[in-house]
Amino acid sequence: MTLKLRELSLKPDLFGTGHGLCAGCAESVSVRQILAALENPPIVALATGCLEVSTTRFPDTTWKVPVIHSAFENSATTISGVEAAYKALVRKGRMEERPLTFVVFAGDGATYDIGFQWLSGALERGHKFIYICLNNEGYMNTGIQRSSATLLGAWTTTTPTGDVRPGKPEWHKDMTKIIAAHGIPYVAQAASHNWKDLMTKVRKAEQADGPSFINVLTPCDRGWRFEPDQTMEVSKLMVESGLWPLYEVVEGSWKMTGARQKRRPVIDALLSQRRFSHITKNADDKVIATIQAKVDEEWDALQALCKMSANQ
Amino acid sequence: MTTTQKPESGTHLPAPQAINGGEAVAYAMRQIDPEVVAAYPITPQTFIIEKFSEYVADGLVNSEYINVESEHAAMSACVGATAAGGRSQTATSGPGLALMYEMLWVASGMRLPIVMHLCSRSFSAPLNILCDHSDVMGMRESSWPMLIGSSPQEAYDQAVVMPTIAEHADVKLPVANVLDGFTVTHSVERVEVLPDEIAKEFVGEYEPEIWALQPGSTATFGTLDANDFYYEHKRQQVEAMNNALEVVRTQLNAIGEITGRPMNLVEGYLLDDAEVALVVLGSSEGMVRAAVDKARADGIKAGMLRIRLFRPFPVADVRKALDGIGAVGVLDRAIAFGTPGNGLLQDIATTTRSMSDRPLLMDFVYGLGGRATPKQLFRQAIDHVIEMNETRVEPDEPAYLGLK
Repeated sequence: MTLKLRELSLKPDLFGTGHGLCAGCAESVSVRQILAALENPPIVALATGCLEVSTTRFPDTTWKVPVIHSAFENSATTISGVEAAYKALVRKGRMEERPLTFVVFAGDGATYDIGFQWLSGALERGHKFIYICLNNEGYMNTGIQRSSATLLGAWTTTTPTGDVRPGKPEWHKDMTKIIAAHGIPYVAQAASHNWKDLMTKVRKAEQADGPSFINVLTPCDRGWRFEPDQTMEVSKLMVESGLWPLYEVVEGSWKMTGARQKRRPVIDALLSQRRFSHITKNADDKVIATIQAKVDEEWDALQALCKMSANQ
Repeated sequence: MTTTQKPESGTHLPAPQAINGGEAVAYAMRQIDPEVVAAYPITPQTFIIEKFSEYVADGLVNSEYINVESEHAAMSACVGATAAGGRSQTATSGPGLALMYEMLWVASGMRLPIVMHLCSRSFSAPLNILCDHSDVMGMRESSWPMLIGSSPQEAYDQAVVMPTIAEHADVKLPVANVLDGFTVTHSVERVEVLPDEIAKEFVGEYEPEIWALQPGSTATFGTLDANDFYYEHKRQQVEAMNNALEVVRTQLNAIGEITGRPMNLVEGYLLDDAEVALVVLGSSEGMVRAAVDKARADGIKAGMLRIRLFRPFPVADVRKALDGIGAVGVLDRAIAFGTPGNGLLQDIATTTRSMSDRPLLMDFVYGLGGRATPKQLFRQAIDHVIEMNETRVEPDEPAYLGLK
């Protein structure tokens, strides 16, 4: 299970060169690390989204592994079909059994919103696959529209800041907890800047006996409005402020992961992203207070779950 | 693929079974033993997937049966399974087809030879679970070859032949085996089935060229095309659909040789000396035949043409069948709202427009939402066609048979 940099550096890069993702995009960084963390050869299903359109433009492909894209909402179901076909081909003696890992990459729009039903169905049926949500908190591929992962108060093109509405009015959906409620063997939250935490979680997901889900925060410099060289710093601030806690749920047992330290105030993270500039310009803005109070509440609830798990 | 020798007549055939159309399709699916079946229950398709589930439960198939949570997911799982390298099948009806509509185009655009059994049903609203061809017409432009049978026997025979059409090197498209909801799916009839070994040998195994599970594969499936390649890929689909026509003919002949039950792209009845004819799809054939018989008894030279291969539309076969006929009534079991003619009329009109002595056409809507259409109504339709043949005036509007 231990990750050794020396060994990782010798692994072939399964995510090639020549993709069209934006400068500063966290997705290519995390995808490369996720593929490197896998011990088995992967077969990938992609949801429509930034990663897919930027890596599979005919006649080129960035991928050095088999990749199937079929539509926006259904990548969990597409991989269900692949996994089922594999089992039947082996059973029929038409193919040798071999180690393979079935992986989905989908954005938060494809995961939280339009593909929610497809994902839930595939998890309930128990297909063995790793579902990676590359979460940049919005529909960035279509031009920075809000998703149900978008934070309260954030500017997007469908929650613009106006005279009567200051950005997105709703709190985001807690998708990781919803997935955990499916009772699958491995669920985790990870973030792009913490490669070791992410890759360790991928290894655990690969070894899980059933479906697994990792929600990876992949900050978007275009959508969140920060400079392209700040991606990892922003990712770090999101985690350290408690806006994106790193944890895992292994067979129902909740545990915080990553370095333990005192939580920063959310304003530190909000100030790093100009999507919040309309609220951060006034330190007394009530949206900031609301976000802080809600983050505190969710943090406490998460700590309680971890404590309960530790005592079991 | 179809190297099967014709068995000596009567030596291989198991006893005929009294089963309904849904069970007949499931029987063929068991013999085909596809790697993946993914389906969501919807009336009137349920007989197929319930029966197939029993085969799975009894270990009579190797298939992975995926109980998906929607029809969109059913087709999505089939896309994944077949891109991976497995044969896949599904079955649905009306609203289920509507829900999977996006994926119909994905399946054909990715050139995946999936087989779907479509148990035709109306579209909501109002909610109606009974047969018409709204769903058939709803998918007609999605680049799926579509065969429409008229009985449980034909539903079975077509089900056996479908994979060999879909997977043919010149086609590589998903295909639909259409059986009318209730009138075929739920009708118990005498069905002669092939012995398992004959059916299996006829269908063979799926041998894809490029598949995701192929060891060493680095293929990318379902790419993004900008304006530089999309057009060319669609043009290739046109070629594949054109190729499908002769492949269907060849494969129907091949299975007909084995079963002793010939199937053609179009099925004519008393057309040789006919002055007027009705054109029909699917299970209403029986009532139309009866109406034609009645007309003949009344001294009218009537005939019938049933279109089995609905997509690609068998233009040459239809022209040949309608050659010399003065007037034709087209029976449409779905409304194409706001168009100058309903679905089948549009096809017949474009097919016959270049004939030197083309038949006059009139359109009849019938049987929507499962409305029974007795032979007397088809007999009356023949009278209208006779009248048109005499006046030589084509009506602009369709007639609505059996409308209260």
